[in-house]
Amino acid sequence: MSDANLFQQQRLNRRRSAVLVTIFLLFFAWIGFGGDYILYLSTMPASTPAASRGARSTYHHTFPWCGIGATLLGIGMAWYGWRNGPKQVLWATGAWELVQPAKPEEQQLVNVVEEMAIASGLPKPSVWMVPDKDPNAFATGTDERHAHIAVTEGLLTTLTRDELQAVVAHELAHVKNYDVKLMTLLAALVGVLALISDGTRRFLGRGGARVAGRRSGGGGRKGGVGLLAILLVLWLVSVLLAPLVSRLLALAVSRKREFLADASSAQFTRNPAALASALRKIEDAAAPTTTIHRGTAHLCIADPLGRRASFKEGFLADVFGTHPPMAVRIARLKAMAYQYQKTGVIPEAV
Amino acid sequence: MSWLLLILIVAAVVWGISAYNGLIQLKGDTLNAWKQIDVQLKRRHDLIPNLVNAVRGAMDFERETLEAVIQARNQAVKIQAEALPTGGVKKLAAAEAQLGAALSRLNVVVERYPQLKATGNIGQLQEELTSTENRVAFARQLYNDTATSYNVRQQQFPWTLIAGVARAEMVELWEITDEQERAVPAVDLSSKPKA
Repeated sequence: MSDANLFQQQRLNRRRSAVLVTIFLLFFAWIGFGGDYILYLSTMPASTPAASRGARSTYHHTFPWCGIGATLLGIGMAWYGWRNGPKQVLWATGAWELVQPAKPEEQQLVNVVEEMAIASGLPKPSVWMVPDKDPNAFATGTDERHAHIAVTEGLLTTLTRDELQAVVAHELAHVKNYDVKLMTLLAALVGVLALISDGTRRFLGRGGARVAGRRSGGGGRKGGVGLLAILLVLWLVSVLLAPLVSRLLALAVSRKREFLADASSAQFTRNPAALASALRKIEDAAAPTTTIHRGTAHLCIADPLGRRASFKEGFLADVFGTHPPMAVRIARLKAMAYQYQKTGVIPEAV
Repeated sequence: MSWLLLILIVAAVVWGISAYNGLIQLKGDTLNAWKQIDVQLKRRHDLIPNLVNAVRGAMDFERETLEAVIQARNQAVKIQAEALPTGGVKKLAAAEAQLGAALSRLNVVVERYPQLKATGNIGQLQEELTSTENRVAFARQLYNDTATSYNVRQQQFPWTLIAGVARAEMVELWEITDEQERAVPAVDLSSKPKA
């Protein structure tokens, strides 16, 4: 990747991170202030004296406590996700840090990471091992100086040195593009949203019906009730749909960057064929990577959930795969390898 | 009228400062990339005595190959001490190419002694050697890329006016001239334990 291309990608990622955090905060504000508005409408003092005899009319919800609270909560969570995202991700996969390599394969991994740090001009990231037999790898971190690269034990036993190098280069490309920053933030925030949505669903299942029933029973505000119902439905729908939306967001941003990282890996190693054969081996191992869960799937070099969507082409794969189809990635790398062999120059993009 | 002149002067000064800083940045990047090469070459040079000691006992009759490696290494160390991006890169590149060629000959010989490779230590050293060779190659790649953009920038038109002020000098690229060096990848140094 040329410098101009790289800076453009970094700028894009910085902007996307900002947009992501903004959407996240707006979402919390919408939930909070929406709740306030519903409370405001349902506790409004009735205009007719007959209705004001009800017990509820003693409290009138005018100050948006919920909205302010939810927004502050959102800010707190975003900040927490930003600070502790990498730690959370690594913890969630059960990775351990490789400080003192004991086995020859581990020494080789550390060497390869150091080599690729030189090639990419980045500071050396810390190296983590994920205890899993399935070959996979991911990178996380907040910036270049605090980057982590994790590979599964299966990756070390499956790949040759050159292939391992290509995979590590791919992960370092994510670090250099600022992809890790955005993707880690996304992982942290998606996790929070999933938690909220699950909680809401549980609430709806048990007490929700009772509350709704009581509310519609009192008060004589004909127009207010209609509006109230619509708002309530809208509000709940957005709470329930949040994880799906955030999921799609994760997918939308992660696929194109895989192609870019593949291209950068070829730039660093000058060996596109090695990454192609590494991807082939990772795909053939197709068993799901059990230690890597839904929230961190978009960080990995290959879809760890073994979802077939990532292996096929077509509309469904375009919408639901976290990664571009393997066949397409491999074909692009092979085209690069061919061009490199012919011209001696790694093409910018294919 | 004089306002227009003033604005033009200010714009020129602002541009000059940013161009100056840009050149200084590139110069720093180039020196940094060079330092990286230096570090990796030192690593390579420090590794060789270990390697030679490890194989010396088992291959007494291959003395010539070992001597060639040691000699090439000592020569390279001497040249490295006085090489700078602005001069001596070509000489150092040639010396290192010679060392690389000697090392690959040694590796061919080592491959001929399976019992030598079986003694563990050698396998470890070979991994170190592979890694070191890669590091040198990647550091060189980074240096050449950085140095090229530095060279191009200081020759391009408006920047060339500032180049003198920023004390920008053309730097030498690390070019591979030796055919033997080009052909090195033919030897498989990988000591990857097969699954």
